[in-house]
Amino acid sequence: MLEIKNLVAGIPGRTIVDGLSLTVKPGEVAAIMGPNGSGKSTLSYVLAGRGDYEVTSGEATLDGDDILGLDPEERAAKGLFLAFQYPVEIPGVATMTFLKAAMNAQRKTRGEPELSAPDFLRRVREAAKSLSVDPEMLKRPLNVGFSGGEKKRMEILQMALLEPRCAILDETDSGLDIDALRVVSAGVNALRGKDRAFLVITHYQRLLDHVRPDTVHVMSKGRIVTSGGPELALELEKNGYRDHVDAA
Amino acid sequence: MSTPPEALAAAFARLPAHPVRTAGFARFAQTGAPDRRVEAWHYSDLAAVFDAQAAPVGAPGPAALDRALALLAALPRFADAARLVLVDGHFVASLSDAAPAGATLTPFDDALARTDAAGLFAPDGLGVGDAMVGYNSAFMQGGFLAEVAAGGTATIHVAHLATGAAGACVSRLAFRLGDGAGLDLVETFDGDRTQRHAASAFALEPRARASRVAFHAEAEGTVCVETVLADLAADSEFADFGFVADRAFTRRQPFVRQRGPRAKIALGGLSLLGGRAHADATLVVEHDSTHGESREFFRHVVADEATGVYQGKVIVKPGAQKTDGSMKSNAVLLSDGASMENKPELEIFADDVVCGHGATCGALDEAELFYLRARGIPRAVAEALMLEGFAAEALDRIAFAPARGEADRRLAAWLAARAA
Repeated sequence: MLEIKNLVAGIPGRTIVDGLSLTVKPGEVAAIMGPNGSGKSTLSYVLAGRGDYEVTSGEATLDGDDILGLDPEERAAKGLFLAFQYPVEIPGVATMTFLKAAMNAQRKTRGEPELSAPDFLRRVREAAKSLSVDPEMLKRPLNVGFSGGEKKRMEILQMALLEPRCAILDETDSGLDIDALRVVSAGVNALRGKDRAFLVITHYQRLLDHVRPDTVHVMSKGRIVTSGGPELALELEKNGYRDHVDAA
Repeated sequence: MSTPPEALAAAFARLPAHPVRTAGFARFAQTGAPDRRVEAWHYSDLAAVFDAQAAPVGAPGPAALDRALALLAALPRFADAARLVLVDGHFVASLSDAAPAGATLTPFDDALARTDAAGLFAPDGLGVGDAMVGYNSAFMQGGFLAEVAAGGTATIHVAHLATGAAGACVSRLAFRLGDGAGLDLVETFDGDRTQRHAASAFALEPRARASRVAFHAEAEGTVCVETVLADLAADSEFADFGFVADRAFTRRQPFVRQRGPRAKIALGGLSLLGGRAHADATLVVEHDSTHGESREFFRHVVADEATGVYQGKVIVKPGAQKTDGSMKSNAVLLSDGASMENKPELEIFADDVVCGHGATCGALDEAELFYLRARGIPRAVAEALMLEGFAAEALDRIAFAPARGEADRRLAAWLAARAA
């Protein structure tokens, strides 16, 4: 599914992801944990194709196809989804207009017909209900004036509607209270399946109590330094990152 | 230039004398068409594009009327608004609808002969310091006076058509609204390349309400100076919106005075500029009474080598206490060659007022674009979505629904043409 080999990337003059390799298989939920500044968010942006990062060497493939040479929209159409740590507010763009544009753009790229208006509305209503998203939110400009929790729920709502092959959740738990964490986690769990992979980036164990990972990786100084099963997350919560980071 | 060129002086001499004309010509003669040395015209060098040999076009002949018919066929209707047609600056009854319900129309020459003409066509001395208001006063012709009686309402569309006749299209319209009267007015500017000088004057009696939307779709190379003069009595409301989507040289200049207490002024605009278009919105709002409100909201989208200009001057005169003023101008630049000049000004001579202004200018936000693209939306579509959102916030200022619908259609067409 998602395969990253010796990836070196960063901003001009500064390497942030430094020789990272990682494989996430179909159906797998892989967690990446690590201290602040280890390059986790940069990895997510590089994979999604943000323009201000540059890849120096290495490769990343989704279902065997290179993604690093693609535009962000092409990566999305191939099934890559990034749930942003800080979802961007876009004044003037209505949430519903945006959702429809995104769903139809991806369908068009895949050669599928556009959704009919009733079909689109039904899908949005169902997804909103299951994620406790207030229908009033959908009438507002995208993310404008949303609370931190509302923004994160909107990210998961988009993920549910776009049905990606591989979803990267970048600190989706940050800024969430316990109830919102449960709702968001349930939304993620509902999308788990044998054909879909997740890369869950987080600082804390608590998200992983709700979204149970198959594998856990520790990232430090731009690369994976330790990998293990779910028990690794518990150990990190107890002992901190120091042992792994110092060993790097 | 200390004296106007002979061609214009001769044209003026042929016109029937009138105090408004004489004063206007005297003002224009002082400086001629303004250049960059005139502060209010610093960003729009009219002298460089003004054709001083272009005398006002006479009444349209058969060829001009044929051309006007063709132009009319392409124009939208604004619900049940009565359509009044000006060809090269001259009102043409045969191409126009019957007089609009709720309003009385008086032909221009008859109206100018009235004893109260000066107050209607040049209300309260508004804009007298501007050379091009002077030019328009000197050469105005062929418009009309529309009066809405107390408590009445009217809906009017004025179609300004240029048929490519040699010379300048110079027109002035006057609107008088009685106590509590209402007017929804749309003015459209279309046709062949020309020099256009159009002015509309509004006299609002207490509690009257007028909304006006001007749509500019001029031919490339046209020079258009559009003046709005509005005088507001107590508790009246005046709203003006300019929609510019062409490749012309456009100067829109509203001069608005709040003469009575509690009057409300809303001025707005959206300019969608490409090629080498130049669109200037320069306004002067004077609060000369208490508890007035003014809102200015302008947006420019500037592509290619085009230039946008916004100059807003809000003057709060001594004694105009409790004035509430807010001014915003935002621009998006879509290319390295695009430029925008923003100059908001507040002159406040009263001490118990709330007035603010803000101006921004920049490219589309890359973080916002990336967010949209990361959801699978191609860059061109993402840009169009963001521009549509940016522009729609300005269009929200249009209250007259048929005009808003037309503005939405023109915006969509502009965005589609840009993406193609």
